[in-house]
Amino acid sequence: MSRVELTDAAGELLARLTALHGPLMFHQSGGCCDGSSPMCYPRGDFRTGASDVLLGELTAPGVPEPVRFWMSASQYAYWSHTHLTVDVVPGRGGGFSVEAPEGVRFLIRSRLLTDEELRTLEAEDNPEDNPGDEQGEASRTDRAAPSTGPRPD
Amino acid sequence: MSRYAAPGTADAVMSYQSRYDHWIGGAYTPPAGGQYFENPSPVNGQPFTEIARGTAADVEAALDAAHAAAPGWAATSAGERALVLNRIADRMEENLERLAVAESWENGKPVRETLAADLPLAVDHFRYFAGAIRAQEGTLSEIDPDTVAYHFHEPLGVVAQIIPWNFPLLMATWKLAPALAAGNAVVLKPAEQTPASIHYWMSLIADLLPPGVINIVNGFGAEAGKPLASSARVAKVAFTGETTTGRLIMQYASENLKPVTLELGGKSPNIFFDDVSAEQDDFLDKALEGFTMFALNQGEVCTCPSRALIQRGHYRDFLDAAVARTEQIVQGNPLDTETMIGAQASNDQLEKILAYLDIGAQEGAKVLTGGARAELDGELAGGYYVRPTILEGANHMRVFQEEIFGPVVAVTGFDDYADAMKIANDTLYGLGAGVWTRDGSTAYRAGRAIQAGRVWTNCYHAYPAHAAFGGYKQSGIGRENHRMMLAHYQQTKNLLVSYSPKKLGFF
Repeated sequence: MSRVELTDAAGELLARLTALHGPLMFHQSGGCCDGSSPMCYPRGDFRTGASDVLLGELTAPGVPEPVRFWMSASQYAYWSHTHLTVDVVPGRGGGFSVEAPEGVRFLIRSRLLTDEELRTLEAEDNPEDNPGDEQGEASRTDRAAPSTGPRPD
Repeated sequence: MSRYAAPGTADAVMSYQSRYDHWIGGAYTPPAGGQYFENPSPVNGQPFTEIARGTAADVEAALDAAHAAAPGWAATSAGERALVLNRIADRMEENLERLAVAESWENGKPVRETLAADLPLAVDHFRYFAGAIRAQEGTLSEIDPDTVAYHFHEPLGVVAQIIPWNFPLLMATWKLAPALAAGNAVVLKPAEQTPASIHYWMSLIADLLPPGVINIVNGFGAEAGKPLASSARVAKVAFTGETTTGRLIMQYASENLKPVTLELGGKSPNIFFDDVSAEQDDFLDKALEGFTMFALNQGEVCTCPSRALIQRGHYRDFLDAAVARTEQIVQGNPLDTETMIGAQASNDQLEKILAYLDIGAQEGAKVLTGGARAELDGELAGGYYVRPTILEGANHMRVFQEEIFGPVVAVTGFDDYADAMKIANDTLYGLGAGVWTRDGSTAYRAGRAIQAGRVWTNCYHAYPAHAAFGGYKQSGIGRENHRMMLAHYQQTKNLLVSYSPKKLGFF
C-alpha cells in the first residue's frame, strides 16, 4: 500500500529524464504560479530536512533507483487523507523542475483514501502501535504530524 | 464592443518578432547552445514566436554585461535615474494600447484588464520609484558633539530577478523599478510560459537605458533560472513563484550568503460579515463585485480571493447574489474589450485546475456554478479556458487549502467574528485577505487579527505603488511596492566620523 504512485506515462518520462540527469527526486510544491504541482530535481539538488515527509519511493521500468517523493510536513497535514498519482501532461515550464524543457509537466491527480486504506497506511507508518487501534474515521481530517519521519535525500 | 486584431495580422496595433534572443549588454545575443523553444499564445494554443533557450553560458554573459554596467549606473545621480524611470513610464504610456495587446496575447488575459490595470499600474510604478528615489534621504546621528554617524544608501550591485507568468510586465516592473531606482544593474529571467512581452517592452524603451543595466536571459528554470539563482556573482535574488522553488532559491542563496526576497502565493480569505447585506445599496453591489474578484486574471493572481467566508445570517441571500454576479462574467476572446475572463496561461495550468475540480468533487464540495472547462469554438478552439467556478464546502478540504491558480472560489459559512478569524487563519499562507463590513470597529479588529501581509478592507485587488505588498507565514519573505522596497535593493553604508583632535587615551 502506498500513498503515491506513477502513471505509465509518468514512469516513461522518469526513465527518459533519468538518462539525462541521473537519479531523481520529487518535492511537492504549494503556492502560486507553478505551485500545487510536483517538482522533479536531480536527487539531492533540493535539500529535504526535518520539516519534510517522505510519502513514498516510486519505481518504474528503466529507472534503476527509486525516486523519492517528498512534501513539507505542514502541507502534508492537509493532504494526508488523499492518495496521489503523478501524471504528466503537455505543458510549458514549472519552476526549476527538470521535465519542463521537454514540453511536458508533471501533474498530481488525487483520490480519497478509503478508511480501510488509511488504517493500513497508519499501521505501516506506526509498526510499534497496536494495529488493532483503529483511528480511521478520526484520521480523515487528522492534522497531527505524519508518522513517516524525515530522511535526508 | 471592439476587438483588437491578433498581433502580427493586418490592422494589428503591434506585432511580435518571429524570434527573440537574449538581451545582453544592450544587444540581442543568440543562445550559446544554439537552441530555441516555441512560445504559444494561450488564446488559441498556437506558437507565435520562438525564444532563445538559455543556459549557464548565457547567464554568465549577462552577468558580465551587468557587472560592466553596474558601477556607472550606481554613480549616476538620483535625479538622472529618476529621469530615466520617468521617461520609461512616458514611453509606456505612449504605447499603452500596444503593450496591453501584447500582454493579452502573451498571457491570455483580457485586454480590458491590461488596458485598465496591468499597464497603467506599471506606468505608475516607474513614476512612483522615480519620485521615491529623489525623496529618499540618508540619516545622520550625532553621537556626541565631536562624533557623527552618517548613513548612506548604496546599491547592492548586480541583482537577479525571476519573473512569474501571471502578470509578465507588471511583475517585471515591480522588481525592475525599485532595483533601477536604487542604482542596481539587473539580470532578469522571464517565465518560460510568458517570455515575449518583456522583449516587446524592451524594444520600446531600450534607447533610454545604458547598455547592460537591464539584461534579459530567456529559458527554462532548470537550465537558466538555476545558474542565475545559484550564481555567486549576484548580490541578491528576487523571486515570485511557489514554495518548493522558493526553498530551493533560499538554499542556493545560503551557499553564497546572499539575501532573497520571495513572494510565494497564498489562499486568501475574503470575509463578508452579515451587515454587508443590511442595505440594498452601492456598498452591497461593491461587495458582490469584491466576491467576484476571484475571476480577475482568470484567478491567476497570488492574492486571488480563493476562499470566500460568508456569515450565516446573510449566507444564502449573499451567495445567491454572488452566483448570479459570477454567471454574468463574459468569457471569450481576450482581445475583445467586452471579455471579462480570458484563457489560462498554459495547458498544464488548465490541467491542474481540472484536477482540483476533480478532488473537490470527491471531497464533497458542491459546484454552485461552473465546474468545468469552457469549450470555446472557432478561432479559440485550441485555447485554455475554464468556466468561473464557485465551490461550496468546508475549510479542511484541499480546494480550500491549496492554491488552484484558476477562476475557482471555495465558499463556506461562519458563525461570528471569532469563527471567521479561526477559519481565515487556518491556512499555511498569509499573503492577502479581504474584509467586508459596514462596522469600522469590526473592520479594524479583523484586519489586525488576520495573519496576512495585505488586508483589503471594503475593497479587493487594488495595487497602488505606495502600499506594501508581501506575505506572512509560507507566503514569502520581504515586501514589494512602497518606498520600503528600496531597502531590499540597497546596502546601508555607515560612516562613523570623529571631528575631535584628541586621542582616546588607550595607547
